[in-house]
Amino acid sequence: MLERVQSERMQSDRTMIDIRDVTRSYGSFKALDNASLAIREGEFFSLLGPSGCGKTTLLRMIAGFDTPTSGSIAVDGQPMDGIPANRRPTNMVFQSYAIFPHLNVEQNVAYGLKRLKLDAGEEKRRVEEALAQVSLTGLGKRRATELSGGQRQRVALARALVMRPKVLLLDEPLSALDKKLREQMQVELRRLQQAVGITFVLVTHDQYEALAMSDRIAVMFGGRIAQVASPKEIYQRPVNRQVADFLGGMNFVKAEIVEENGASLVLDTLGFGRVRTDKPKAFMRNGGAATLGIRPERLRVLWDNASAKFEVAGKVVERHYFGEITHLIVEIPGLEKPLSVTETNDFGADDIPVGAPIRLAYDPEALVAMAD
Amino acid sequence: MTAMRRFLPGWLSSYATLYILFLYLPVIFLPIFSINTAATPKFPLSGITLHWYEDLPKTPALIDATWNSLLVGISASILSTVLGILAARSITRYRYPGRRAINGLIMAPLVLPEVIVAISMLLVMLQLGLSLSLFTVVLGHVLVCIPYSMTVLTSGFEGFDRSLEEASADLGESAFGTFRRVTLPMVAPAIISSLLVCFTISLDEFIIAFFLTGTEATLPIYIWGQLRFAAKLPGVLALGTLLLLASFVLMTIAEILRRRAARRTQNEGGLHA
Repeated sequence: MLERVQSERMQSDRTMIDIRDVTRSYGSFKALDNASLAIREGEFFSLLGPSGCGKTTLLRMIAGFDTPTSGSIAVDGQPMDGIPANRRPTNMVFQSYAIFPHLNVEQNVAYGLKRLKLDAGEEKRRVEEALAQVSLTGLGKRRATELSGGQRQRVALARALVMRPKVLLLDEPLSALDKKLREQMQVELRRLQQAVGITFVLVTHDQYEALAMSDRIAVMFGGRIAQVASPKEIYQRPVNRQVADFLGGMNFVKAEIVEENGASLVLDTLGFGRVRTDKPKAFMRNGGAATLGIRPERLRVLWDNASAKFEVAGKVVERHYFGEITHLIVEIPGLEKPLSVTETNDFGADDIPVGAPIRLAYDPEALVAMAD
Repeated sequence: MTAMRRFLPGWLSSYATLYILFLYLPVIFLPIFSINTAATPKFPLSGITLHWYEDLPKTPALIDATWNSLLVGISASILSTVLGILAARSITRYRYPGRRAINGLIMAPLVLPEVIVAISMLLVMLQLGLSLSLFTVVLGHVLVCIPYSMTVLTSGFEGFDRSLEEASADLGESAFGTFRRVTLPMVAPAIISSLLVCFTISLDEFIIAFFLTGTEATLPIYIWGQLRFAAKLPGVLALGTLLLLASFVLMTIAEILRRRAARRTQNEGGLHA
C-alpha cells in the first residue's frame, strides 16, 4: 500500500509526451493510423499489442528513428519535428540491446557522456552510479562479449539511464530473456523506474509484462489505439472483444440489450439470464446485440451443497491440469460455447471427474458488457 | 562396423598427410636450395651459405622491380578495398533486385582464365589509347583483387547490427561521430585484412602484370626474366623464398583480422534475431 502511494506521488498530471494525430504510412499501408496519446511525467507507460500493431513504429518515432507521415510529437512541451535522434531528450533500450562489442562495460556506459565533455572524475562517478543502479558494480572492465543476456540488458539500461533522459524508451527489453529472469527483471525495472522517477515507455506484446509493470497501458491493434487505461481497468473493463481477448482468457456470451441508460445496461443472455451491468465509458451501441464477458477465474466451483446468489449449472467436458490451477471446460445448457473456468487446486478441482455435473458461482460485478 | 571405424581414421590421416606433403614439398625445396653453395638445385647440398641472399640488395634491377611491386601493390590494394567496401556494404546492408546477380558478377574474375582476362584487358587498354605502364598493371590487379576483397569484407560486414548505429545516435552522437566511434572500429579489422590480402595477391601476380606492363618490371616479371640464366637461379630461389615468407605472414595476419572482425559483428547479430 505504501509503495502504491509513493508511485502515485511520483507522477504528475503534466504531459511528458504529447502524440497528436500521428499517422505513418508505407504506401497504402498504415503502420500507425491517426494515433493520439498523452503520456504523463514520471509514468511507467506501456504500448501493448500483437506484432505489427504499430507499437514499435510509434516508439521509434518518439526516439527519432522514424518520422510521422502526418501529425506531431512533442516531448516535454518541445515539438520534435525535424529534430534528429541525437538531439532528443530520450534514450532507448534496444531489443537486441545493441551493446558496442568493441568496448567494455564501462566504455559502453560512458559512450554518450563523452560528448558532454565532463571532467574525468564526474564522468567516472556517473558511470559508477549507473552501474550501481542496475547492480553491475564491479563488472565495468568486462568485455561485452563476456556478458550473459541479463547482464547485457542491464548494460543497455545503464547506458541509457546515465544520460539522465526525460524519457526512457524500452523496445521489448525482456523478450530475449528466459521466463525466470524475465519475471525478476519486471520487478527490478519497475523498482528502478520508481527510484529514478523518469518517464518510461515500454513496448511489449506480453500482456502480463504490461499488467505487472505499468501505471497505464495503451492497447493497440492494426495501427490504432483501442484503449488507454490502468492495468486493472484494461483487464477488468476491456472496451471490446479484441482487447478482452488479448489480455488473458475471456468467456464471451451473446447478449441482447433490454435497457440502456446513462450508467448501466440491462442485458438478456441465455446462460446467465437477465443481467444489469455498468455501462463502459466507451460503449457505443451497435444495434440491439452486445457481448457479455466474464474472466475464467471469476467463475468459482460450488462444492457439495454450497449455494450462491448468482450461479449457473452445467457439465464438465474437459479438464486440464496446470500445477497450481486446473482449467475446466464446462458446458452450460443454452450457451453455444462452453465456459472456461480456472480454479485453484486447494480444494481438489484437479479431481473433478470429466462428465460430472457442476455449479459455478459468479459475481455480477465481474460481468462486463462489450459492444459488438 | 568397429573395424571400419578403426580403419577409416588411419586411412584418412595417411591420406591427409600425403596431401599436405604433395602441396608443400615443392615449396619447401625453394628455401632449401636457396642456401646451397652450388648453383644447380641438386641433392646432396654441397654446402650452406647465405651468399645468395646477400647478393640480392646489390642488384639494381631487383631493387627497381621491388619498388614497382610495392607501388602497384599498395595502389591496387587501396583501390580494390575502397571499391570492395562500397560493394560489400551495399550487398550486406540493402535488399534490392539483382543483388545476387551483381554479387556473382563481381566474384566472376575469380574463375575466369587469367590469360584471357589479361589479353582482353590489354585490348581494352590499347583501344582506350592508354600506354602500358604500372598504372595499367594497377587497373588489372584491381580487377583480380576485388573478388578477394569482397569475400573478406562481406564476412566482416555480415550481421552488422544496424541498431548499433542507432544506439550511437540515440546517445547523442552525430552521423560522423557514429561512423568514427562505432562503424569504423568494428569493420577496421576486415578493412585491414582486405588491404593485406589484395597487396599479397598483387605482389605475387604474374600474368596480368606481364601483359599490361610497359618497360617496368614487377617482382614476378623480374624473376621470370632471370630464369633464362642458369647461374641466376639461386638468386631467384632466395628472392622467391622471401616473397613466399612475406605472402605467408601477410595472409596469416589478414586471416586473423578477418576472423576477429567476423566474430565481433556476428556475436551481436546472433542476438538480433
